[in-house]
Amino acid sequence: MSVTLAFTAAALFGIGTYLVLQHTLTRILIGIALVTHGANVLLMGAGRPGTPPLIGSGDPEDMADPLAQTLALTTIVISFGVSALLLAVAYRSWLLTHDDEVQDDIADRDIAARKEADKEVADEETWHDAVDLADPATEQQP
Amino acid sequence: MSRLIPLPIVLPLIGAAVSIVVGRSRLAQRVISLSVLTANLVISILLLVEVDRHGTLATQAGGWEAPVGITLVADRLAAMLLTVGSVMLLAVLVYAIGQPGTERDHVGFQSVYLVLAAGVAGSFLTGDLFNLFVAFEMMLTASYVLLTLGGRRDQVRAGMTYIVISLLASALFITAVALLYAATGTVNMADLSGKIADLPPGMRSAFAVFLLMVFGIKAALFPLYFWLPDSYPTAPSPVVAVFAGLLTKVGVYAIIRTQTLLFPADSRPATLMLWLAGATMLVGILGAIAQGDVKRILSFNIVSHIGYMVMGLALFTVAGLAAAILYVVHHIVAKTTLFLNAGLIEHVGGSGRLHQLGGMVRTAPVVAVLFIVPALSLAGLPPLSGFIPKFALVDAGLASDQPGIVAVSLLVSLLTLFSLMKIWAGVFWNPADEAPELSPYETGRLGGPALMVLPTAVLTIVGLAIAAGVGPLYDLSARAAADLLDPSGYLEAVLG
Repeated sequence: MSVTLAFTAAALFGIGTYLVLQHTLTRILIGIALVTHGANVLLMGAGRPGTPPLIGSGDPEDMADPLAQTLALTTIVISFGVSALLLAVAYRSWLLTHDDEVQDDIADRDIAARKEADKEVADEETWHDAVDLADPATEQQP
Repeated sequence: MSRLIPLPIVLPLIGAAVSIVVGRSRLAQRVISLSVLTANLVISILLLVEVDRHGTLATQAGGWEAPVGITLVADRLAAMLLTVGSVMLLAVLVYAIGQPGTERDHVGFQSVYLVLAAGVAGSFLTGDLFNLFVAFEMMLTASYVLLTLGGRRDQVRAGMTYIVISLLASALFITAVALLYAATGTVNMADLSGKIADLPPGMRSAFAVFLLMVFGIKAALFPLYFWLPDSYPTAPSPVVAVFAGLLTKVGVYAIIRTQTLLFPADSRPATLMLWLAGATMLVGILGAIAQGDVKRILSFNIVSHIGYMVMGLALFTVAGLAAAILYVVHHIVAKTTLFLNAGLIEHVGGSGRLHQLGGMVRTAPVVAVLFIVPALSLAGLPPLSGFIPKFALVDAGLASDQPGIVAVSLLVSLLTLFSLMKIWAGVFWNPADEAPELSPYETGRLGGPALMVLPTAVLTIVGLAIAAGVGPLYDLSARAAADLLDPSGYLEAVLG
């Protein structure tokens, strides 16, 4: 593993960790992405470097390790998908709160005591309302 | 028979794809999910019988031989957990269909649920570390969607914590895989088992602790458990029942698999794991006692009981591991039943908070019975299903000369009983202190829609069946444990 790759991975991990510890949601997301990139670079570096691993293009002894590259590609695809999902949830959070700041976590019992704890039951009520509206029998009533 | 091994992963994925195509019809989606999960259950029972008779089965996907190809392995432990998991996934699906609500009616619910099932099966069956990562991601990504499907403020807040923690754990997992690959040149677990033994002892121990930490986050092990009680209670009851029953158990399974298969006896962090197990039990149960909400008490209870499983593993004896495996099986069923029951309580009472609930032993006697049986079982009262695994753990602990952890486990058992009796007293026995803000519904004689009560009752009966058939089940666990501590059968099946 080359020193450049090792330093790149270390820098990505370091900056990523710093960003994850921040209070702003956007920074946390970028931090997560950087840490994942760091892991990917490490995975790339774990294999042997060399010429492109194509059959017939040269001596197999000089070729780079294709398995490490396959693994890195797979993780890149997975982290791409999960990052998209994370961004969607973050956008939803912005829509709901209009605030990018992650609040200090209050005690569990305070959260439990809030009205939100019963949202599942409220959701059931929404569902019943929707069913009532869709039901033509109730619509015909004056 | 080894052709059956990929099916529990492939079938749900195909089902998920078809489910999206027929998205206009909820009925078609439900039929697909039900038939796929029923097929999964049948296949896993077939696998379990076959594996128990003839030893570990392995298959190489795509015909690439191990250690290069994608290896899928079914041994006794994997087949057992797959079977219990399939029973549970099916029961919860029926419950989710029966429970009225917009989230379960969402167009994506059924397909995401099937992807979760595929991810869980993949984690149990995979034979290499990298595919374990892929299966974990499949399962976790599905769980992120299920957790935040309602898009409510509390769900997004808790979901964010959960996703960020899980992603960090995944990044650490990849780091561990990369370092292992750099050190040994393979990610196949059977191949790694031989090659790790050649590494220097310090490096082996470092890898063992690294992997313990990675899976410790997923399994909610002390001190990495804090995300669990924060995020789980916000999800809908059927979703949290699956999370509680399976997700943390997959983490425990990964700990058991990697610590026994990959590392030789001298580099396993046994003492560290015993301390962590004790701390997990104590912190979890003290957290549970402090709560005043049904789902929160149960969530902290999960953390506490992860400690028992790790305790059994940390002894690294056949008796200890057998007890841990039996404990996992019992806990999957009991915990899922309790969370399904929590959904019924909220349905009947209009709230999940103890001070707003009360007197349900008269208003909903069926729900009360369906609560008390798994609750007492979780606390480990004889003759219910929790007693034998706990007794076996205590016995194995004393046989390994570890009286400290045995004392902690007994104390935590007592406190578990206390925390569950807090729910019993608050919800069922005592009158309510104040009325709930949301009015309860027409509940009927059963205490909820039949499709919600039925799966809960079936799982309660499965729990009783585990108690009744605990003798053969313990023998099966002991055989699975013996396989784990002597992996020659596993290595032979994979590497030939």
